[in-house]
Amino acid sequence: MSIFEYNGSALIAMVGKNCFAIASDRRLGVQLQTIATDFQRIYKVHDKLFLGLSGLATDAQTLYQRLVFRHKLYQLREERDMKPETFASLVSALLYEKRFGPYFCQPVIAGLGDGDKPFICTMDSIGAKELAKDFVVAGTASESLYGACESMFKPDMEAEELFETVSQALLSSVDRDCLSGWGGHVYVVTPTEIRERILKGRMD
Amino acid sequence: MTKQQANWSPYDNNGGSCVAIAGRDYCVVAADTRMSTGYSILTRDYSKISKLADKAVLASSGFQADIKALQKHLAARHLIYQHQHNKQMSCPAMAQLLSNTLYYKRFFPYYAFNVLGGLDNEGKGCVFTYDAVGSYERVGYSAQGSGSTLIMPFLDNQLKSPSPLLLPAQDAVTPLSELEAVDLVKTVFVSATERDIYTGDKVEIVILNAEGERREFMDLRKD
Amino acid sequence: MSKAVVDLPPKGGFSFDLCRRNDMLAKKGVNPPSFRKTGTTIVGLIFQDGVILGADTRATEGPIVCDKNCEKIHYMAPNIYCCGAGTAADTEAVTDMVSSQLQLHRYHTGRESRVVTALTLLKRHLFSYQGHVQAALVLGGVDVTGPHLHTIYPHGSTDTLPYATMGSGSLAAMAVFESKYKEGLTRDEGIQLVAEAICSGIFNDLGSGSNVDICVITKGHKDYLRNHLLPNPRTYISEKGYPFPKKIEVLLTKITPLKEKVEIIEAGDAMEE
Repeated sequence: MSIFEYNGSALIAMVGKNCFAIASDRRLGVQLQTIATDFQRIYKVHDKLFLGLSGLATDAQTLYQRLVFRHKLYQLREERDMKPETFASLVSALLYEKRFGPYFCQPVIAGLGDGDKPFICTMDSIGAKELAKDFVVAGTASESLYGACESMFKPDMEAEELFETVSQALLSSVDRDCLSGWGGHVYVVTPTEIRERILKGRMD
Repeated sequence: MTKQQANWSPYDNNGGSCVAIAGRDYCVVAADTRMSTGYSILTRDYSKISKLADKAVLASSGFQADIKALQKHLAARHLIYQHQHNKQMSCPAMAQLLSNTLYYKRFFPYYAFNVLGGLDNEGKGCVFTYDAVGSYERVGYSAQGSGSTLIMPFLDNQLKSPSPLLLPAQDAVTPLSELEAVDLVKTVFVSATERDIYTGDKVEIVILNAEGERREFMDLRKD
Repeated sequence: MSKAVVDLPPKGGFSFDLCRRNDMLAKKGVNPPSFRKTGTTIVGLIFQDGVILGADTRATEGPIVCDKNCEKIHYMAPNIYCCGAGTAADTEAVTDMVSSQLQLHRYHTGRESRVVTALTLLKRHLFSYQGHVQAALVLGGVDVTGPHLHTIYPHGSTDTLPYATMGSGSLAAMAVFESKYKEGLTRDEGIQLVAEAICSGIFNDLGSGSNVDICVITKGHKDYLRNHLLPNPRTYISEKGYPFPKKIEVLLTKITPLKEKVEIIEAGDAMEE
C-alpha cells in the first residue's frame, strides 16, 4: 500500500472564463473502512484563493495550519492578500524543505490573480510545481480524473457550465475508485461571488 | 554458495488499451495499435484485435506472447468446433470458452486482459469483459488495458447501464446509434492517448452489425 | 526553545523532522511515495557563434502524463540556461538556488556570470548530497571566455562536450547528433539539428513527448523559442460535444458575494485650509 492511499481522496481544479472551480470528495477513510463522510479537504485561504490537500489527512491538516500561519504573517506585514502565484511558491518551498522526509500530501491550489485571472496549480509531495491552463487533479482517483477531464473539458466555460463539468467529472471518477467518494464539495469562484455546493453521490 | 534469486520474470507488459461497446443491433470493438515495453516502442502497428468467429471479436492487451498463444488456442478450438457442429461459434459460447481457457491456467495465467465483443443469437450487441484468470461478465460496454482507468469513468458517465440487480432484468445495451458509438470510441482513445504513455499511434475500430464487419482506423498521437 | 513555539521562516537548508516518522511507516510496510519525474529528452550543442539548448515538454508520474507542456529549460543567468532531467522538484530547486547565487555574485562583482561558476555551484551542491538530489543537467551559456556546454550527473560529476544529451531519451537524441553533428554549424542548421534530436526523443522514448522548446544563446543575446515545434496536436475533436445524460443532484448551495475592494484615493488638499 502507498501512504497516499491510506485515507483516500479525489481533488480537481478547473479553469473557466474569468472563473475557476475546485472540488473534492467527502470521504475520510482508514484504508477500506470509511471514518467520515463530511470531510473537508478544501480550505479557503482568502476570498479568491483556495487550497485542496490530498493524501495523508494528518499531514494535510498540519501543512494547512503552517500555511495559514505563514499567510497571516504575510497579511500583517504586507497589508494585502497573497497572490495565488506567490502562495504556490510558498507551498512549494515548504514542501521542498522536507525533500528527504516529505509530508505525504499533494496540494491543489486555485485562485484568482491580478485582474481576476484564474490560476490553478498542483504539486507532488516534494513541491514540484505544475502550472496548467485547463485542469489539474490529485488524489487516489487521479487517473480516473485525468481521463474524465480530458474528455469533458472545454475551454472558456461560464460558471454554471463549469460547475456541471467539474461535478460530472468528479462523480464519475470517484465511482470508479474504492477509496474516495460519498458525494462532493464544489466551490465555483467568480470575481463577484463564491458558490459553494454539496453534491449527492453514491454512498458505497 | 550464495543464495540465488530468480530475478527473471516470465511476464512483460506490452501496454495498450481496448474498448468495446454493445448497441441494439451492432457492436464496436476498438484497440490502439502500439506495442511497447518499458520506455520504448516495439512497433506502432500491431493489431490487438482478433476475429475469432463471424460474430465474435476479441481485443486483448497485456503480454503480447501470451495474447498470441491465447488467440492461437482459441482459433484451434474454434476450428474443432466447426468440424464437430458444422457452424460458427456464437459470441456467448465463445465467451464461455475464453473463460474456461483462462481459468485452465489459473496458477500460471495468461497475462492478458480481454474484452470480447460480438452479436448474440438475437442479433443484439454483446460485450464480455474478463480478468486474467477467467472471471467474466456480460456488460453493455467495457475498457481494458493500460488506459482503462482513464476511459472507464467517461464511458460510465455517457452510457451508464442499469443495475444488473434490477427486476425485471433490463438490457445492458447502450442507447447510442452506431455512428455516435464510433464517435465516442474515438474521443475516449484520443483522451487516453493524451495522458497514458502506453496508448497511442493508431486506433483500430471494428464494427459488427447485421451487414457484417467494418474496419476503421484513426491516427493518434505518436509521442 | 522559541523555535518550537513560533514557526518563523527558517534560515534555509533541508528539514529532516519527518524522517523518523516516515522510516517508521516504511518499516510497517507502507511504500514510500513516487515523485514527479521528467522522464526527459534534453540536449545541447555548440554552433559557430554560441550554444543551443533543447528540451521536450512532458512530465510523467509512472505511466501517466501529468504535465503536457512543462518548461525544462531553466533560467540561470541572462547568458546561461540549464536543461533539467530527473525528479522535477530537484531540477527546479537546484537551478533556482544556483541562479539566485549567481545573481548575488553579479551584484557583488558587477560582471557577467561565467558558465564555469554555475557549473561549480551546481556540482558542489549535487556532490554534497551524494546523488540523493536527483538532477541530471545540461548547462549551456556564452560568457567572456566563449561558448560552453556541460553535462552534470546527479552525483556531481561533469563533462565538457561539443554536443550533449541527457534523460531517458538521451540515446535516441544522441543517435541523431552522432550521425549529423559537425563543427561550425550555422544558427539555422543548429536549431534544426537540435529540433530533430528532441523529436527523435519525443517519438521514440515514451518518457518524452509533446512539444519542442529551444534556447539559442549567442554573445550578448539569447532567444528562448518556447514551443518551437508543436508536433503532437490532439488528433480528433468530436464536433457535436457530449452533453451529460444525468444532471448533478445538489444537496446544498451557499452563495457568498464578494466585497468590492474599495481603493481609497487620498484627496490631498481637502482638509487643508
